[in-house]
Amino acid sequence: MIQKEAEKIFETKELNVNMGPQHPATHGVLRLVLDIDGETIVKVTPYVGYLHRGIEKLGESLSYFQALPLTDRMDYVSAMSNNIGYCVAVEKLFGIEVPERAKFIRTIVGEMSRIANHLLWLATHALDIGAMTVFLYCFREREWILDLYEMICGARLTVTYPRIGGVRNDVPQEFLESLWKFTDEFPSRILEYETLIDQNRIWLQRTVGIGVISAEEAVSWGMTGPTLRGSGVPYDIRKHMPYDAYDKVEFEVPIGTTGDTYDRYRCRMLEMRQSNNIIRQCIEKLPPGPVMADEPKFTLQPKDKMMPITHPTKEMAYFIEEKACKGCGMCLRACPAKAIFGEKKKPHKIDQALCLQCATCFVTCKFKAMKIVPGGKGLSDEKLAELAAAPVPEEITKAAEHLVKQFEFIKKGPKVPEGELYVATEVPKGELGFYFVSDGSGKPYRMRLRAPSFIHAGCLPRLCVGHLVADVIAAIGTIDIVLGECDR
Amino acid sequence: MNINNIISPEQLEALIKFGINVLIIIIKIAVVLGVGLLHVAYATYFERKVIGHMQVRLGPMRVGPHGLLQPFADGLKLFFKEDIIPAQADKPVFYLGPLIFMAAAMVNLSVIPFSYSFVIANINVGLLFIFAMAGIGVYGIFISGWASNSKYAFIGGIRSSAQVISYEIAMGLSLVGVMIMAGSLNLTDIVRAQEESVFGMFAIPQIIGFVVFTIAAVAEVNRTPFDMPEAESELVAGYFTEYSGFRFALFFLGEYIAMFIMASLATVCFLGGWTLPWYITEVIPFIKLVPGIVWFLMKVYAFIFFYYWIRATVPRYRYDQLMAIGWKILIPIALANILLTGLVKILI
Repeated sequence: MIQKEAEKIFETKELNVNMGPQHPATHGVLRLVLDIDGETIVKVTPYVGYLHRGIEKLGESLSYFQALPLTDRMDYVSAMSNNIGYCVAVEKLFGIEVPERAKFIRTIVGEMSRIANHLLWLATHALDIGAMTVFLYCFREREWILDLYEMICGARLTVTYPRIGGVRNDVPQEFLESLWKFTDEFPSRILEYETLIDQNRIWLQRTVGIGVISAEEAVSWGMTGPTLRGSGVPYDIRKHMPYDAYDKVEFEVPIGTTGDTYDRYRCRMLEMRQSNNIIRQCIEKLPPGPVMADEPKFTLQPKDKMMPITHPTKEMAYFIEEKACKGCGMCLRACPAKAIFGEKKKPHKIDQALCLQCATCFVTCKFKAMKIVPGGKGLSDEKLAELAAAPVPEEITKAAEHLVKQFEFIKKGPKVPEGELYVATEVPKGELGFYFVSDGSGKPYRMRLRAPSFIHAGCLPRLCVGHLVADVIAAIGTIDIVLGECDR
Repeated sequence: MNINNIISPEQLEALIKFGINVLIIIIKIAVVLGVGLLHVAYATYFERKVIGHMQVRLGPMRVGPHGLLQPFADGLKLFFKEDIIPAQADKPVFYLGPLIFMAAAMVNLSVIPFSYSFVIANINVGLLFIFAMAGIGVYGIFISGWASNSKYAFIGGIRSSAQVISYEIAMGLSLVGVMIMAGSLNLTDIVRAQEESVFGMFAIPQIIGFVVFTIAAVAEVNRTPFDMPEAESELVAGYFTEYSGFRFALFFLGEYIAMFIMASLATVCFLGGWTLPWYITEVIPFIKLVPGIVWFLMKVYAFIFFYYWIRATVPRYRYDQLMAIGWKILIPIALANILLTGLVKILI
């Protein structure tokens, strides 16, 4: 009675809290608008797009080779898996077969990236829930994996190591040895994390029964990956539509039962052990052979194959022939060193002191005004003009031809069959799908990504409503999103 | 004119005595305050080092040898930082919040008996005084959360006041057993009672009270796993989200001093303060030569180390779970402990 009276006099409404995009626990720039009644969540509205870089659109204006590094920037936590996903899709479009060895190497690095991703997930998830030490323990091992990456490709985060048709280079023997050592050590390290949280009463209270989603619902929300498997659906693309070497290794797909945060946590912990196993099997079975498909039409071959005569950069200079130059300004804009100067519609000139001899202007020029002349930097313009008039040695002409050919191959891309296809791979976060519409040119007419993070971010309201504020943090952690992939 | 005409020599003597007493008290305050603040500086260093080594890293290493000057560098940085005040904040109250918080924590230093004779104010309600001051400290938290005009700070402030108030009950009840056994609220008397008791320290007969007190003390100073008010991952920094520069430092100071007070209270009420149990001094007689303050500080730092250890080990509770532990577990246990202690006291 009194309460009703009070409600008449005092109007109560939910407190509207804006969480993010700058917030310690939203894993990047996710923005959630929470309506809370006391501590209970009434409504959650996720807003995405703060990290949108238009990767899909960029893909349309880049050739298939050039778009590969963009995929590193999607899920930057597990760049290797993204690269593999892209490469597998493009290879299917091209209809090329990857050599065995490259397949195994890809499987190895893909699983390494799965471990690295799950480590970062565990670290941040535990840190969000308050277990600080787990964070640093996980980073210790992630660091180890990143060092191993560095060993094979020189990069730690944005690797671009898998390439269309194989991998960039063969793995060195030391890498395999230290990776073997890692796989020996790693299971004991997982136990270390588990001693801290697995049976911890507080951890159990924070995760068991939080964010429960049933198998049917999880499927209809479009969940994939460990987030779905936590609900007990054994859907794993590696098992059901094997790519790379996944059909040649043995592994299990761990699934949960109730579909709460704890089950998803358990799934990922078990998955790390499975990945470890897969890596060991791959190292044992690693066959000898090439690491790049022998398809010069569709893949980037090693440099000595693509350019049999390499460009003699030291002993020559670029020179613009005054007669041929129309003064269009293309080379002027293209020059990275700003060494070309001159007015519009008048012949340009190259400042030899600034020239980097990168050949950008050479391949840009449409009027063939750019000449390669033998001679060093010290020569004057008059001397160069004299040399340009003389017949060019055949070696240099050949080199120039190869250069232009290779440049155009990368820039324009290979001629691919027309059609459209969707290829999905199992990245650590779920199902990463690439959908290509090809119009026969070297660039995709449309490139569309199915990013698991985006779909999982959409599930947040379903997981959070009815729980408390602190559970939102657990829910964000449990779906394992990276906003780079979500916003693309 | 002779001074004797105004006051008699006896009065003068009394006046001088009074003056000396005041001077001694002022010196004591200065010493305690100075050492207390220095303690805070190095408690942060201690924490970072301890947690660092627990987390397979080194902690501060850059400023000075082994990062020993790091606390000063931090202090200097905080001192020179811009003092940002939110546009819509309630300014007078915003200014007042950290002051109340820190003052309420620091005042407690006056009743802590550091050694046999070293206590600034030997009042006979020392224990109640500390509770009262902890109660006032909540105002500091709450009004700073309220005045910031930020929703995070607001929720943090509400959480904190609810938490501190409910855990104060558990803590107070856990200490009732000690009061019954010592028969006094004076902290010096409590230590003396322990010295004379069979066990040498109340932690043994009052083990239930000690456990309840330890848990409640962690919650009282807002530390992991009960650091709800400043739950970093949810509320950014809780009630002091909007504070920066030296006002932020005041909260920091207050928190570490509160931690020191809680550790001292545990030492004084359960671990025998500056004394050692008779069974240790009997076995090793020359240990008596060590001044009492050494034992006191060792116990305090062991307790503070325990705080750090917990922080590096466990995750954070959720708000409702925290309240459930306070009201459904700690308070009933503390009440049972009082009953038990009372019965034993009557029977013996």
